[in-house]
Amino acid sequence: MLAMSRNDLLLFLGFTIAVLAMPIWLQPFGAAYPDLLQRFMIFGIFAVGFNILFGLTGYLSFGHAAFFGVGSYAAVWSFKLLSLDAIPAMIFAVVVSGLFALAIGFVSLRRSGIYFSILTLAFAQMSYNLAYSVLTPITNGETGLQLTLGDPRHFDRLFGEAMPGQPVPTLLGQSLGGFTGFYFCAGFLILAFFIAQRITGSPFGMMLKGIKSNQTRMNYTGFNTKPYTLAAFVISGMYAGLAGALLAVTDPLAGAERMQWTASGEVVLMTILGGAGTLVGPVIGAWLIKYFENIFSAINETILARFWDFLPDGADHFAVVVSSKFVGEGWFLTLGLVFVLIVVFLPGGIMEGVRRIAHLFDRKRSSPTNPGKTAPHPQPAE
Amino acid sequence: MPTPNVVLHVADVHKRFGGLHALADIDLQVEEGQTHAIIGPNGAGKSTLLNVIIGKLAPSSGQVIFDGAILTGRKPYQINQLGIARVFQTPEIFADLSVLHNVMIPALAKRDGAFKLNMLRSLDSEVGIRQEAEHMLEDVGMHSSRDMHAGSLSRGDKRRMELAMCLIQHPRLLLLDEPTAGMSRHDTNTTIELLKKIKSRGMTKVIIEHDMHVVFSLADKISVLAQGRIIADGTPDQVRGNPKVQEAYLGGTH
Ligand SMILES: Nc1ncnc2c1ncn2[C@@H]1O[C@H](COP(=O)(O)OP(=O)(O)OP(=O)(O)O)[C@@H](O)[C@H]1O
Ligand SMILES: [Mg+2]
Repeated sequence: MLAMSRNDLLLFLGFTIAVLAMPIWLQPFGAAYPDLLQRFMIFGIFAVGFNILFGLTGYLSFGHAAFFGVGSYAAVWSFKLLSLDAIPAMIFAVVVSGLFALAIGFVSLRRSGIYFSILTLAFAQMSYNLAYSVLTPITNGETGLQLTLGDPRHFDRLFGEAMPGQPVPTLLGQSLGGFTGFYFCAGFLILAFFIAQRITGSPFGMMLKGIKSNQTRMNYTGFNTKPYTLAAFVISGMYAGLAGALLAVTDPLAGAERMQWTASGEVVLMTILGGAGTLVGPVIGAWLIKYFENIFSAINETILARFWDFLPDGADHFAVVVSSKFVGEGWFLTLGLVFVLIVVFLPGGIMEGVRRIAHLFDRKRSSPTNPGKTAPHPQPAE
Repeated sequence: MPTPNVVLHVADVHKRFGGLHALADIDLQVEEGQTHAIIGPNGAGKSTLLNVIIGKLAPSSGQVIFDGAILTGRKPYQINQLGIARVFQTPEIFADLSVLHNVMIPALAKRDGAFKLNMLRSLDSEVGIRQEAEHMLEDVGMHSSRDMHAGSLSRGDKRRMELAMCLIQHPRLLLLDEPTAGMSRHDTNTTIELLKKIKSRGMTKVIIEHDMHVVFSLADKISVLAQGRIIADGTPDQVRGNPKVQEAYLGGTH
């Protein structure tokens, strides 16, 4: 039953190898340090899950950061109350964010299209405000929820006294910093990808695609589409919770800003940039955005001045002023521009670009062998 | 003569859209295994009648009974699961999916019911469903386009594919809203042959058609609808000879 087709298996193996070898092949790009690699994994998971709802089912949620944040808070609470071990924290986070998604999805899915998007946005902003002020006893408000020496950690205490020093999350006693943390997150990204691949290739996944394509037809074909959309919503919410929990594992501090609408918008951008509805696209989108965020936001005026130094006096100053708007805090401006260009010229995202290039090579290879071929290419479906 | 077995009974149905009386006092009985044609001029209310039957619209009064079950008030998916499938006037298909997948989806609905969380299975392992769909596509003469995007098909082919999507469910009652509109003469004839073949398998059909050639070669009974009312019904010969029908419809543009 778990047999995979050859293509699926190749894709999965290729993906796994690419992920595990990231510390090597990202070296020339200056991105092979654990902190950034961990974020690549975490936001990759977030985007893969988001794509199940948006790319497969066609429901554009603008509030998925809420589930990400809930996952983070749940994980930190597990560290505080139960144990510093990462596994119970992740399980707890996925369950809690799943329940949260069940409640929000149940209400939001009564509408579709833009009304659905607005409902999810409203719920996420409510969650943000609750976390920021109203629920301060649970979320520690503005400061954020963090680990302290005085946390009860009931499980850990059963097995002996707490270790001295600032508490950090562990896996079976091993600390999860640095590359260990990266491989821990990578394992989950690979698992998340595997599950998404199974879902996409299953009858259930086909129903989700049917809903995206023509929900009316699905209804007249005998499907009760509500539980299908709700299942997709909850699954993607659990993915978001898993990603949020991993962020708490690598950096045990949960703040309300993780739930803000900009965070919800970011995962939408990642998915569209990479290619909504494709398996690999959202992950690539997440990686690119996190990579460029990292590079661009680190650039400051001094670096720019050095870069534009070759220009004549006056012109270099002008260039620095203009380009400084696009870096540092202004990195979102660059992101916006890139996004507009992609949507206008490559509506299917980066994956469409990849497909087009592959197609070009295909034609180059096949055209000399059948020169008489004038019939238009039949459009193959996926 | 034994009483015929009525499968579909549209009982005293009215449908108003604001001031428009789109369906007035419709009483229609369709017998098991028969092909019942509904004809009438544009805007007569034919599609509205089908919409009331499949639960897309609620009647203003009256009800629809299918095989002893009251359909009125049920959801479209429940009505389909009772064994009613419909070809729409403007094709309702999965334009983004392949032709083969378009036909596999209804087959899965028939097998698995309204909801099943089967996400651990692989679609590739659904060999039975796939073969069923391929046979169905052969039946409607579309096997060679099975890997095409449904959205890129011609209008006539979309219709044929939609017919295949309905037939694969082996519905007890098939509703067809102008199934040959937009088809070439040749494709129309193939479709008539196909519909005749289904008839010999005993499927009950309600068909809306403007093409009289199609109507008279398929129908056992005909009801004539004009301005929301049934103005005549009977066998094709009775209807053909009816002066009221001549005046309202047959003598007109067709
Ligand atoms: N949902 C609706 N809301 C308002 N009016 C409607 C609606 N559906 C149909 N009508 C009106 O009801 C009347 C009957 O429409 P219907 O589509 O049933 O006609 P028809 O017999 O199928 O015509 P045609 O042969 O053109 O398909 C028309 O005047 C139409 O404008
Ligand atoms: Mg009509």
